[in-house]
This record gives sequence, C-alpha cells and structure tokens, in this order.
Amino acid sequence: MIGQDGLWTKTFRYLTCLVLVIWLVLPLIPLAIWSFARGWFFPDILPRFWTLDAWDYAMSDTSGVLDSLWLTIGISLAATALSILIGVPAGRALGMYKFRGKEVVEMMILAPMIVPGIAVALGIHSVFIWLGLTNTVQGVILVHLIPTLPYMTLVMAGIFSNYDPAFEAQARSLGASPLKTFWYVTLPAILPGIIVGGLFAFLVSWSQYILTLLIGGGRVLTLPLLLFNFATSGRNDITGAIGMIYILPGILILLLTAKQLLGRSAAVGGFGRL
Amino acid sequence: MTHVSIQHLTKLYPGGDHPALDRLSLEIESGTLTALLGPSGCGKTTTMKIIAGLLEPSSGDVRFDGRSILREKPENRGAVMVFQNHLLFPYMSVAENVGFGLKMRKTNPAEIKRRVGEMLDLVRLPDLGERRPSALSGGQQQRVALARALIVQPEVLLLDEPLSNLDTHLRFGMRDLIRSLQQETGITTIFVTHDQEDAVVLADRVALILDGQMKQYETADAFYKRPVDEATARFFGGRNFVSGTSADGVFDSALGRLVLPLGAIAGQGTLTFRPENVRLGHAPSGENNLTADLIEVIYLGTQTRLKLSVGDMLIEAIVNPTDAEGYRVGALVPLHLPSGALWVIS
Repeated sequence: MIGQDGLWTKTFRYLTCLVLVIWLVLPLIPLAIWSFARGWFFPDILPRFWTLDAWDYAMSDTSGVLDSLWLTIGISLAATALSILIGVPAGRALGMYKFRGKEVVEMMILAPMIVPGIAVALGIHSVFIWLGLTNTVQGVILVHLIPTLPYMTLVMAGIFSNYDPAFEAQARSLGASPLKTFWYVTLPAILPGIIVGGLFAFLVSWSQYILTLLIGGGRVLTLPLLLFNFATSGRNDITGAIGMIYILPGILILLLTAKQLLGRSAAVGGFGRL
Repeated sequence: MTHVSIQHLTKLYPGGDHPALDRLSLEIESGTLTALLGPSGCGKTTTMKIIAGLLEPSSGDVRFDGRSILREKPENRGAVMVFQNHLLFPYMSVAENVGFGLKMRKTNPAEIKRRVGEMLDLVRLPDLGERRPSALSGGQQQRVALARALIVQPEVLLLDEPLSNLDTHLRFGMRDLIRSLQQETGITTIFVTHDQEDAVVLADRVALILDGQMKQYETADAFYKRPVDEATARFFGGRNFVSGTSADGVFDSALGRLVLPLGAIAGQGTLTFRPENVRLGHAPSGENNLTADLIEVIYLGTQTRLKLSVGDMLIEAIVNPTDAEGYRVGALVPLHLPSGALWVIS
C-alpha cells in the first residue's frame, strides 16, 4: 500500500473482515459445542451436560474415524501429487506458448469448474466400471483430479506467464543438463505456485463428497462420507467431533500459509518480478 | 583458442515469409573478438543462439576447429552465451551465480570457492559475493554475468548486446573490461550489437548482417572506406550517394566530372563519400571542386552538419564548427571532394 488510506477506507476494510469472520467462523461454534454436549435442546442456550463421550467414540476403533482420516489424507495427497505432475507442464504450456486450439484446451480444463460435478461423474462412472476402477481407492483418486486439476493448472499458468524461459537457456549454456536446469533454475522460480496450487488441490480433494460416493460406491469411506452418515443419523455430538477433525487440515494449512497467501509473493511468483 | 566456422547457415521460422538467416557464412579466427552488427531483427541473435545450441538451424553448419558441433547439446558445446539482460539466477547469491557452471561440472566446493574469488577480482567486484543479484546495479550485474561465463573457460564466448543496457559512462568502462578480459584470456569471442560505434571500437573484425544476410566482413575501417553497397554505407552513417558512370578514372554524374582514386571500378555505379570527408573551400588544383547551395545548418556541438544541394542533388557535409561559421542558409558554398575519399559501388 502506498500512501495513507482514508478513514472510510479503513473502516470499510475492518467491517468487511468482521463480516467474513462471522460468516466463516460462527457456524463452526455450535459444531464445537455439540461435540462436548450430552443432549442440547431448545430453548437452552448451552447444553446442560458436558461430556467427552463423542470424542471417545470418534477416536475409538469401532467408529472408523481414524482409519477414514488416514485414508482421506492418503487420497488427497495422491490426488495433489498427480495434480502437480500434470498441472505443472499443462500450466507451462498454457502460460508460455501460443498454439492452435489453445482456447479450446483452456475451456476443457475449466469445464469441470462450470459443469456440475455429478453430471461429469455419471459419465465417468460408466467408463470407470468398464476399466474396473469403481469401488477402488485408485478410482477415487483419479476422479478427484477432475476438480483439482483446473486449480493447479490455472495457478501454474499464471506463474508461467510471468516466467522467462531464457533463464533455462542460460543454465544450459553454462553447462547444466535439462534435469539440473529444472532443479536449480525452474523449480525455485515456480515453487510458490506449486505450493499454492498444491494446497488448493489438497483442500478441493479433501472436501469431495459426490465424486467419492459415486466412484467409491460407498466402499471407499473418506471423512466427508463418514461425517455425512453420522449427520443424517441424527448423532449431532459425533458429527460435531468428526466435523472438528475434518476442518483441521484446512485451518492448519491456512495458518501455515497465511503469509504466502496474503502476501503477493506466492500468487505472482516467478522470475518476472525481479 | 578455437577457430569458429559458420557455413551457409539458414534459419526459417515456421510461418515466417522470409528466412531469418539466409546462407550466412563466416570464418572467425581463433582468439579474436568479432562483432555481429546489424539492426534489430536482422538475424544476429539467431546466429548466436545457433552457435550456443539454443536454436537449431534449418540448414548449414557450425564448426569449432573443423569439427561440427550441431549435434552437441548446449551444455557440452564449449560455447557459453551471456544474455543481454544478464539473467542472474535470483535465488542464488552472486558467488553461487558465478560458481554455477563449475558446480554443474562437479568441481569440488573448495576449488569453486577459490576460482569464484579469482573471477570476482578479475571483474573488479571482490566484495560482493554474498549479495543477492537484485542488490547490484545494472553494470555490476553485467560484470557478474561475464564472470559466470568466463569461469568455465569456454572455447567460445558469446555476448548478446553486452553494452546496450548500460548508461554511457558505464558503457565505456564495460567496453574496456570486455576488451581486456578477451585479450587476457584469449577466448574467441563473438558479440552481437546494433551499435556501429561499439562494433568499431571493440572488435577486431566486424560482420555486418542485414536481413539475415552477411553484407560485409572486414576490419572496422573498411566499412567507412569501402562499403560493399549502399545499405552497408547507410548503416555506417553514409549520406551521399550519386549515380553515374565511371570511366578512365573519372566519375560522370549530376555533380559533374570527379577524379577517382586509382583502382576504382568502371561502368555504371553509385559514387559515395563520407560527409566528414567533404572539405570547405576549393582546392587550388581545380580538380573535384563544387559549388553548392546551403540548405540547412545543424550545429552538433563538436561538429556542424551542413545540408547542401548541387542542382537537384542533395549532399551532406560534416565540418568543424569554426569553419562553418560565416555560412548562412542560402549562401553559395565552395566544396572540395578529395579523390581519395571517393568510392564507387557497382
């Protein structure tokens, strides 16, 4: 920010922050309270009895929450890794080169963000049956790429449009092999984009419900599926406890990367700014 | 010490209607400093990138000491290119930048440290090793880029517009540095420039490239004295071109009969003479004297440019400002064209 902002601008900024905090944080409070409540009925403002029963159950082997947690982490990490592997070269092509049909490719990549996921998933379902990928973890990981790839690719396209490939030519000329050029020159320049895009991809995969349900056929029980089961069965206390576990990665990632996300460094990245 | 031979190099870009390089040939003697001179888009940087292995030619060959290098990867060519905008790696310190080439060659760290120190001394930046490139001035960055290339002791050093990003006073210092480094190391050096002055001051030989074609490849003074064609002469500031006929050592044209130097070609041609070789005042011999109308006087500080007409012919002269005093626009000016300053282009 250059110069002094006016009082109105400042006030408006604080108000916006406040509204956002209320909007995002307030709904979580009843969830947290539920997880420690034994019954919580209208018109009580707070539950009459407090207990750790819901947490005991959530952490027990019988609930399957911990198994589900590890499974979900595994699936999201795998989907993120694949997104990076595909999204980095794709983003490079889109950000750096002009080629025939580029607009069509861009539309295709963006399509999953526009077309309802369930429509896409129904189409993919029949293909996956044919490939024997339904009801498998691999199938779920693959189908998660539909919503994660656009984020990864678009972030990387932004990074690469600010990137000067002459740095790579310079490294080659100085004696670096293609692999070393990538490691010492390209990677440091695009790492902020990989981190931001990867976090997006992880969180998008983490929150998939429909796609997991459809392709996993209820056999691949990720945390959102488990959460939904308890929510529909009316166990608000256990739902609250699992809900708390479920939002943990989001909060952790936010805390770890707040500086990166808020600062301009990560979002822009690349050599172009130097 | 490496002899570079460029043979019939042609480069067609897809979609381009004429070749960026058109059968360009050039023999560069071992240990010399050669300028590839030309306006932007003439193909000089393309030539350099092909030598460096960063572009593939459509046809033709590049040989180092007689051995074709087109199949070698850029990292194995022994030709190191220094880009116009320095391209220092921003995530590395100055010392890491300079040592990059040695690190890629798996030189041991102690040795790298020692040679980086030597190189930084050589480019006169001894204490800046720990800095980030972004903390350096443009001139310092350029010197670091030079050190980073020289440290690997390349067979051929390629400099892309090494002087164009620098202010005038830095530019003179950089010219001296490049010249002295080149003479100390004896590395065959090719540099690209669009500035004829840089080419003339710095290079042993100058290759003028216009529209992808080699126009003339000689020592610098030849471009002033013996340009091969009008475009070449114009690129070097030639202004005076008169068509006519050369016969028996005399050129017949709108300027009258002018006596040519010995050995001038005969037949239809274009006469050219440098504006700075036009003399004010008639010569006593009576040969090659003209009288012209003064159309415009442009004072340039250390010189004065006169625009004159002889009949319909426009000519330009560059003279000493004190000599030009006293001539006003519209005056008749006596001129002399020494026959040694005349050159006929066929």
